[in-house]
Amino acid sequence: MMLSGWGRFPRQLCRTHRPADEAALAALVAEEEGPRIARGNGRGYGDCAMQRNATIDMRGFARMLAFDSECGQLVAEAGVLLADVIATFLPRGWFPPVTPGTKFVTLGGMVAADVHGKNHHRDGTFGRFVDWIDLMIEDGTVIRCSPQENAELFAWTIGGMGLTGIILRVAFRLRRVESAYIRQTTIPARNLAEVMALFDAHESATYSVAWIDCATAGLGLGRSALMLGEHASPAELSRTRRAAPLRALPRAVRKVPVDLPEAALNRLTVKAFNALYYRNARAAAGTTIVDWDSYFYPLDAVLEWNRIYGRRGFMQFQCVLPMEGAAEGLTALLKAIADSGQGSFLSVLKRMGAQHGPFSFPREGYTLALDFPFSERSAALMERLDAITLDHGGRFYLAKDARMSAATLSRSDPRSETFAAMRAGAGLGRFRSSQSERLGL
Amino acid sequence: MTSPPVLIIGARSDIAMALARRYAAAGHDLQLAARASEGLAADAADLALRHGIKASVHELDILDTASFAAFLGGLPTLPDTAICVVGLLGDQPTAQSDPEAAALIMRSNYEGPALLTGMIAERFAARGHGTIIGISSVAGERGRASNYVYGSAKAGYTAFLSGLRNRLAASGVHVMTVLPGFVRTRMTAGMPLSPALTAEPAAVAEAIVAAAARRRDVIYTKSVWRIVMAVIRAIPEPIFKKTKL
Repeated sequence: MMLSGWGRFPRQLCRTHRPADEAALAALVAEEEGPRIARGNGRGYGDCAMQRNATIDMRGFARMLAFDSECGQLVAEAGVLLADVIATFLPRGWFPPVTPGTKFVTLGGMVAADVHGKNHHRDGTFGRFVDWIDLMIEDGTVIRCSPQENAELFAWTIGGMGLTGIILRVAFRLRRVESAYIRQTTIPARNLAEVMALFDAHESATYSVAWIDCATAGLGLGRSALMLGEHASPAELSRTRRAAPLRALPRAVRKVPVDLPEAALNRLTVKAFNALYYRNARAAAGTTIVDWDSYFYPLDAVLEWNRIYGRRGFMQFQCVLPMEGAAEGLTALLKAIADSGQGSFLSVLKRMGAQHGPFSFPREGYTLALDFPFSERSAALMERLDAITLDHGGRFYLAKDARMSAATLSRSDPRSETFAAMRAGAGLGRFRSSQSERLGL
Repeated sequence: MTSPPVLIIGARSDIAMALARRYAAAGHDLQLAARASEGLAADAADLALRHGIKASVHELDILDTASFAAFLGGLPTLPDTAICVVGLLGDQPTAQSDPEAAALIMRSNYEGPALLTGMIAERFAARGHGTIIGISSVAGERGRASNYVYGSAKAGYTAFLSGLRNRLAASGVHVMTVLPGFVRTRMTAGMPLSPALTAEPAAVAEAIVAAAARRRDVIYTKSVWRIVMAVIRAIPEPIFKKTKL
C-alpha cells in the first residue's frame, strides 16, 4: 500500500498488515524476519511510521480497558484515538494531561513521539503521565514496562519513535477539569524580543503558545500573538454554558475536498495570510472564553487540511534551541525564512520546560515549528535552518521530520548514539522505520 | 439511566460488534454471548467505559444445544431484545463431498440459532413482551450452486423466524428477520464484492436498530437487495438452473 505521513512527503510503497488481535500480532512479529514498525493514525508528518518491508497498522487495537475514577488512570490499547478519550471522559470531568495540536492521534503514537503541548513549560511531556506500557518485543512476547519494572526500556520507549517494540497498551493519568472551556488571553507582540519577554512574564500560565509571523522582516521580525490559556471554572461561563459546563461537543468539521493547486500557496498569499492573522490577533487582544476543541485543535475543524499544500505535500520543521543563545538563534532562523521569501503559513513559537526522558525531543528553551510546501527551494531553506539550529545547540523533533540527514541528527543529538547502542544491546534492532533507516538510528 | 438490556448471540462477529456499539451508544446494557468469550472481555470493558453502560460476557457454543437452558438461566436478567448474529459461511465445495462439513454449516446456521431463538421466544412470551431479531441471509431466498448448503440452512432459519412471528403476533413478542446482503466483514474478507451491493457493518447495525424500533417484520439492510432478490426469485426454474449466480 502507498503510505505517507501527514505531510504527504515522502510516499513509499509499504507492505502493510492489520492484525485483528494480539495473537495475530505476536505471530506476525515473531515470524517477520525483516524490519518492521508500528503505525497509528498516520499523524506523524514524515516517514516515522512507515517501513517498506512491514508496516503494522495498530488501529484495530482501539479498546479502552479500565478507568480509575479516583486517580484518573486510564488503561487503553495503543490504537485508541485521543479524540475518543476526550469524547468519553471530558463529560465526566477529565481531560488529557498533555495534548498535541490534533486530537486524531493514537495513544501509541503519543507515547512513541512523547508529545508535548501548550503546557510543556509547566507539566512536561505526555510521558510524564504514563504509569506503565505493555510492549511487544522482538520475539512477540509482551512485557510490562514502568518506572519499577523494565525501567530502562520504559524510559527509552517514551519518545523512542516505536523503535523499542510495539506499544500495545498504555496506562496514563487524566487530569480533572471543571469545564470544557478555556479562558484564553491573547497578547500581541511587535517583535521577537517582546514575545520572549511575554513568555517569561507569563511563566505561570497553564497553557502558552505564540503564533509568529514568518513573512515579515526588519523591525517587525518575530511579531506574534501570544495565546495564554487556563481551564475555566463554571462560574466564568455564560448562563447557558454553566448549566452543562462539561458538555461542549466537538465542532462540525469541514473537509478540503481536493488537492489545491500548488500555486495557491505562494509568497503573496502567505504574506497576506500572515498579515491578516496578525491584524486579527491585535483586534482580538484580551480575554475570551473558548471551547476546548477550538482552543486545542483549531486545525482539526478542517479534515485533511494537509491537502491545501497540493499534491506534492509539505514539510514541517521543528527545532528547539536551548535558552542560552535562543534569541540570537531565533533571530537568525526568522531572518533566513524572511530572506527566502518562503514564509510558512503556520508558524508557532513556544517556551519549553525541562527535559525528561532519555530520547524525548523537548528541552528547556524555545521551540519553533514551521511548515513549507514541498519544493526544491524549501528543501534548500530547511538545510539552512538545520545549520542555524546546529550552530545554536538545538535539536529536531522526529515526529515532524521527513528529510534530515543522519549527520545532522548525530551532530544535533548525541543521545542518538546511546539509543542505537541500547537497542542493539537489547536485541531490538529489527524495529526500524524508514525514518530510522534514513537517520542511521 | 440505562435502557433495557440487549442480548447479542454470536457477539464476536463484526456485525455483532457494530450492533453492540450502536445499542451501547443508545444507553442499553449489553449481554455478549459467544464461543471463546474470554476474547470479548476487552470489548465489553471498552463498551462499558465509553458509554457508561453495563456489559457482561457469557460463554455459549451454538452447537451445544443441551447447554442453552443453563446459558439463559445464567444471564443477569432476561433481556428485552435478543439478537442472533451467529453464522458460519463454510466452504461449499468441501461441504458437497464431506457430510461432516455440511452438517457443521447446517447446525451452525439453522439448528443452533433456531433452537436458541425458540427458547428465548418462550421466555419472552411468558413474560408478555420482547423483541427477537434473527440475522438470516439473502442466500436463503433461493438455493444457488455456489452456496446452497449455507443457503438452505439460512432458508430454514428464515422459515423458522417467519413461523415464530406468525405464532407470537398476538402475544406482544416481536420477531424481526434481517436479510443482509454482502457485508464487509472478516467473513467476507478476500471475496470480490461489488461495492454497490456491499454494506459496512455499522450501516447494517444502524438499519437493524431503526427497523426494530419501527417493529418491521422482514428487512433487507441494503435496500437494493430487495430488488435483486425479487429478480432472482422470479426467474423460472428451467432458466435459473442454467445460470451461474
